[in-house]
Amino acid sequence: MERLLDVLREQLRLTGTKEGCGEGECGACTVVINGEIVNSCLVPVAQVEGAEIKTIEGVASGDQLHAVQQAFIEYGGAQCGICTPGMVIAAVDLLERNPHPNEAEIRNGLAGNLCRCTGYMKIFESVVRACQQECQEMLDISDK
Amino acid sequence: MRSYLPAYELKTAATLDQALDLLAQEPGTWRPFAGGTDLMVLLEAGKLSHKNYCNIWNLKELRGIEVSATHVTMGALTTYTDVQANSVLQEEFPMLCQAARETGGLAIQNRGTLGGNIANASPAADSPPALLAYDAELELTSVKGSRWIAYQGFHTGYKSMVLKPEELLTRIRLPRRSGLHHYYRKVGTRKAQAISKICFAGTAQLNGDEIVDLRVAFGSVAPIPIRCVSTENVLRNQRLARATIDRGRAELAKEIVPIDDIRSTRDYRLQVSLNLLEDFLRRLSSSSV
Repeated sequence: MERLLDVLREQLRLTGTKEGCGEGECGACTVVINGEIVNSCLVPVAQVEGAEIKTIEGVASGDQLHAVQQAFIEYGGAQCGICTPGMVIAAVDLLERNPHPNEAEIRNGLAGNLCRCTGYMKIFESVVRACQQECQEMLDISDK
Repeated sequence: MRSYLPAYELKTAATLDQALDLLAQEPGTWRPFAGGTDLMVLLEAGKLSHKNYCNIWNLKELRGIEVSATHVTMGALTTYTDVQANSVLQEEFPMLCQAARETGGLAIQNRGTLGGNIANASPAADSPPALLAYDAELELTSVKGSRWIAYQGFHTGYKSMVLKPEELLTRIRLPRRSGLHHYYRKVGTRKAQAISKICFAGTAQLNGDEIVDLRVAFGSVAPIPIRCVSTENVLRNQRLARATIDRGRAELAKEIVPIDDIRSTRDYRLQVSLNLLEDFLRRLSSSSV
């Protein structure tokens, strides 16, 4: 038995995906399998034969960063960086399912991703900024 | 300490029949492996003693939610995400949707399955109290055929259940009922990613202020997810009044056996369980007026 996380990092050298807790609590190893986010530390690689997997390496289009990535850079969404790939993947997944999330929906979308630097407000702000036009009204509320 | 991963074997079944054949060979040798949200945690912690598993994750036969006039029937691989997305479950079985929403985070909800939640047999699992309160039935299948049993009685002791080594839990069925009141409450340390300190699910049918029928089920207060039949018997056919609530609390205190553990204490669990029963009955009271 092999974990998807280990195959990604050790065999494919896709080291953007991080290992945090190794038990599905922290979300650092989040990847997308067939359009759904999962904790890759909990997925045996035998279960993904034929599946489409997207890691953090596949979020940008060439040199063009995804709006979420750009926002994390501009608004300080990353501190030590270990949770960042998982946070970005979860945020991108959220915005793909729901382009105009409200505050509760953003919190729910990122609830499975823990940041030990506890930079949650900056992360939250980065996700809000990523859908800035649509979320302007919400920003006005959260700034108060 | 991590387990030595090459010592573990995960054999993929291409069809349900293949999986059943594998389980029937030397019964007990191969165990089903679904979304892995419990088994992989044990594996990582070096605490997964069994070594040989049959991968059932890709079996289409075990997916899907069917709705008939009398029942909603869910494949054992129905995920928490599938549960939340189903409109009939949202409408008629809201406690199951709430349990699914409050289990783990989205990444866990995309992988965790109802069948796994049942067969993993954790007393702290979140969906079993709701399933017990909704009178769920389970389909157990082996190469010899299938049988339906009531979920109540399935768990016989800590991690023990009425499931033969060659049997696979294949479907879960809920009878559709109208006029039910529902009350579900998970008490955990935080909203997401928390394992329950106490989990409560109750349903009731009222006639005015009389409790015609009810179900009371708990997680994390006994070695198994428990339906509190004695408490139900004390409350059935009673009027919603202070004396009834007091009798219910007294009976419940005798029926559950909470323990001290890493997540909570016996005393806290007992007190909160009694309070949850009371809150359930009080809300029924206010809805009956």
